[in-house]
Amino acid sequence: MVVPFFVAATIAVIATLFAITRTNAVHSLLNLIVAILSLAVIFYTLGAPFAAALEVIVYAGAIVVLLLFVVMMLNLGRQAVAEERTLLTTRVWILPALLAAALLVELVVLLSARAPAARNSIVGPTEVGVALFGPYLVAVEIASFLLIAGIVGAFHLGRRLRPGSQGGQAGAPGAAVGGTPAGGVARERRQAAAGVLLGEDHPGGAE
Amino acid sequence: MYSLLWLIPLLPLVGFLLLVFFGRGMPRTLAGIIGAGSVGVSALLTIIDGIGFLSAPPAAGFYAERLWSWVALPGFTIDVGFRFDALTLTMMAIITVVGFLIHLYSTEFMAEDGEFALFFAYMNLFVASMLLLVMADNLLVLYLGWEGVGLCSYLLIGFWYRDPENGAAARKAFIVTRIGDVAMLIGFAVIVANLGTLNIQELMRRAAGEWAVGSTLPILVAALLLGGAIGKSAQVPLQVWLPDAMAGPTPVSALIHAATMVTAGVYLIARTHVLYALAPPVQLAVAIIGLVTLLVAGFSAIAQVDLKRVLAYSTVSQIGYMFLGLGVGFYSAAMLHFMVHAFFKALLFLGAGAVILGQGDEHNMFKMGGLRRAMPLTFVTFLIGVASLSALPVVTAGFYSKEWILSGVWQSPHDGPLMWLLAGGVGVLLTSIYSFRALFIVFFGEQKIQTTHRPGVAIALPLVVLAVLSIGGGLVQFPPTIAKVNLFQSFIGPVFYGGLPGGAAASGAATNGGAVAVGGAAAGGPTEALLQIIASALSLIGVGIAYLLYRRGLPSHARLGEPAGFRGLKAFLFSGLGFDWLYGRLLVRPFLAVSSFLKGDFIEYLYVAIGAVNSGAGRLLASAQSGKVRWYLAGLALGAVVAVGLVVWL
Amino acid sequence: MSAQLPDYALVLAGILFGMGLLGVLMRRNIIYILISVEVMLNAAGLAFIAAGSRLAQADGQVMFIFILTLAAAEASVGLALIIQFYRAYRTLDSDAAKDMRG
Repeated sequence: MVVPFFVAATIAVIATLFAITRTNAVHSLLNLIVAILSLAVIFYTLGAPFAAALEVIVYAGAIVVLLLFVVMMLNLGRQAVAEERTLLTTRVWILPALLAAALLVELVVLLSARAPAARNSIVGPTEVGVALFGPYLVAVEIASFLLIAGIVGAFHLGRRLRPGSQGGQAGAPGAAVGGTPAGGVARERRQAAAGVLLGEDHPGGAE
Repeated sequence: MYSLLWLIPLLPLVGFLLLVFFGRGMPRTLAGIIGAGSVGVSALLTIIDGIGFLSAPPAAGFYAERLWSWVALPGFTIDVGFRFDALTLTMMAIITVVGFLIHLYSTEFMAEDGEFALFFAYMNLFVASMLLLVMADNLLVLYLGWEGVGLCSYLLIGFWYRDPENGAAARKAFIVTRIGDVAMLIGFAVIVANLGTLNIQELMRRAAGEWAVGSTLPILVAALLLGGAIGKSAQVPLQVWLPDAMAGPTPVSALIHAATMVTAGVYLIARTHVLYALAPPVQLAVAIIGLVTLLVAGFSAIAQVDLKRVLAYSTVSQIGYMFLGLGVGFYSAAMLHFMVHAFFKALLFLGAGAVILGQGDEHNMFKMGGLRRAMPLTFVTFLIGVASLSALPVVTAGFYSKEWILSGVWQSPHDGPLMWLLAGGVGVLLTSIYSFRALFIVFFGEQKIQTTHRPGVAIALPLVVLAVLSIGGGLVQFPPTIAKVNLFQSFIGPVFYGGLPGGAAASGAATNGGAVAVGGAAAGGPTEALLQIIASALSLIGVGIAYLLYRRGLPSHARLGEPAGFRGLKAFLFSGLGFDWLYGRLLVRPFLAVSSFLKGDFIEYLYVAIGAVNSGAGRLLASAQSGKVRWYLAGLALGAVVAVGLVVWL
Repeated sequence: MSAQLPDYALVLAGILFGMGLLGVLMRRNIIYILISVEVMLNAAGLAFIAAGSRLAQADGQVMFIFILTLAAAEASVGLALIIQFYRAYRTLDSDAAKDMRG
């Protein structure tokens, strides 16, 4: 199990390095996927097959794909790539690199102060499930709250605001999160809500 | 008749009060009568008292009167009192008589002026103050008069106050004399601290008794009083105010800056002569200052363009002669020169005023000319005045007084012959050159400006009287080589050389002047005669030079009599040998720089700085809120690194 | 040797976390910042797995699951915000949003 670990570790490090230094966002994301996959391998070598599977399915399969979708939706084009190149000068990364290196050193120092462990065993899905439905039950429920909040928040925040007429009708006092003074926005919300139901919201296009 | 002594300064004072309060609505005739009349009555009283003094001199040689007590502290008293002796009488006679003549002249000269009454008010106040100065028997009352004349000088120089330059000239006069006044006040303080009195005779008695000749205290006191005298009498280094003081009306220049106020310094030194006898270095300094001044002013005068400025520098120079006389211990000679100088200098100024009036307020000599035929009386009197100033031999009063001083200078143990050479030789030459230069330029040649105003009686009469005095005023004291007439010496000598307890050392016999003055004839006959001939010859040579340059014109003359070439030298002489420039650079500019710095209230900068530092620090901290996400992330990361580091290493 | 794998994994987690931090501080484009944040979350998860492996407990994987959940929610909300950001500022430069500077 040692050799796969180190191979995967090397791949992970290199892929992450590429992920953060590419100028093209899609390239960066693809490198991120590689890194994630190698991390999954590492999880497996560490005796956590369930985690490895989840890593691939959720992280690489959902999160990074979502990121990819948004990147492609924004459709930045070639000039963005060129711009990115100009932004990444030495002056920009040298100090963060030093900072990160300092942190790394500190972590290594901390970690090396402990004696190596003796045991190494595989923790299977069964055990994880038992733990989830046992002591961590409340946490699971809260995590589900989190997910609902995430869904609603993402939906709400990602909506396009229609520039309606200002003032005018005192619209329905929509119970908006963080109320706005202009009645137009409240009308907005109703329209948007109606729009969603009717499938009116158009992604992309000029604002 | 001495009981009316107090009226003499009082009458002009009353005249001042009347004119200053009621003068505005007064008709001019009345204002003129009050103004000139008060001085006239004072002159009359002075003459009466003078005749009384001469015919029946009081026992101790003086008459003292105590009017009232001013300060009465235990151990220190000041009384307002008068001392009337020969010196006082001389001064008073000049002040009142010449003053009256000038007041009379002013009734015509200032006839067109809008503030006629105010002019006479100031002039009366001046005469009152000056009389107080010379009649005072203690230094504080003297100082009262001293300040009074300084004030009137300021008021009168800046009389035409609407022109800011006149105001600047008045301020300059006041400030420069103030420098001397401060020294004088410090001298008074030292006197009070050490001798306990300001009564002049008393302090001289105590000083002669307690202080050794040449010790520190008399030197200090004499030097400080000399400072005051230098300021008031416009000697080097404080002579810079007098030429600019010509901004005032001409009668002011005649009265104040020729005949009386500027001689207050001479009077002060003469009055406190014992102190100077006790401080030989200071007395020598007086002589040297007089010598330097007479040369500096003489050189400046030969390059002047404004008629009155020539006369101003001439005044400075002649007072230098008086200081020279005082410095060699020859007080009587100095006082005679004062008297004669008052005559001819007042005459010259009044004549210049008539010329200026007749030429439509023109002051530049080179724009005038040919007034010999247009204003004949003025010409004749001016000629007499110039002749007296140049000390033309025998016929002028100036000859007698100047020769008397020079004979004393020759015998001074401090390089007498050298001083004589400079004062008698170069000085006399310069004097006649610049004075006849003015005469030739103004009165000869072609007339360029039409005469607008012929002198009336009020102008002509004083001119004539002063001209007569300029000729005959010297006949009271002949040099021994000509005749044995010692009227003046026997009149004023006892003030300086006799009757003073303390012995010969205090009475000025320690200086060489004593040996000369007691007899007035101690100098060797042939030497003295030779010196007189040389000096007279030099004055005549000076006339000749002036004639050649300005009447005939040397071949190299291109225009109006200005010497060709020597531009830089001419500018240097014109500016009064650069004293104004020097003081401007050395004193005025740094002072103005400091004052403008202080005007900005620099202490406030401290408080402003506190505020600025605070707001700067605030701005600095506010710049940490850059609004950029990366900036905040960097802060987070840095904080995390530091926190973990603390855990790791502490 | 294999017993020391968790320790090496921790070191690896540190390295990956540092690189993620580097990416966050270095890039101006918001997308990349988000990507770097994901990298950091991943590294944190790796650390938990390593710890759980070392202690032979399920807690490590449980924490990893929670982290995963968190990452998912955060990524979706973040992307929604990025879309709004792009609509408002017409650029993905994070420095463009400095209206709240003080």
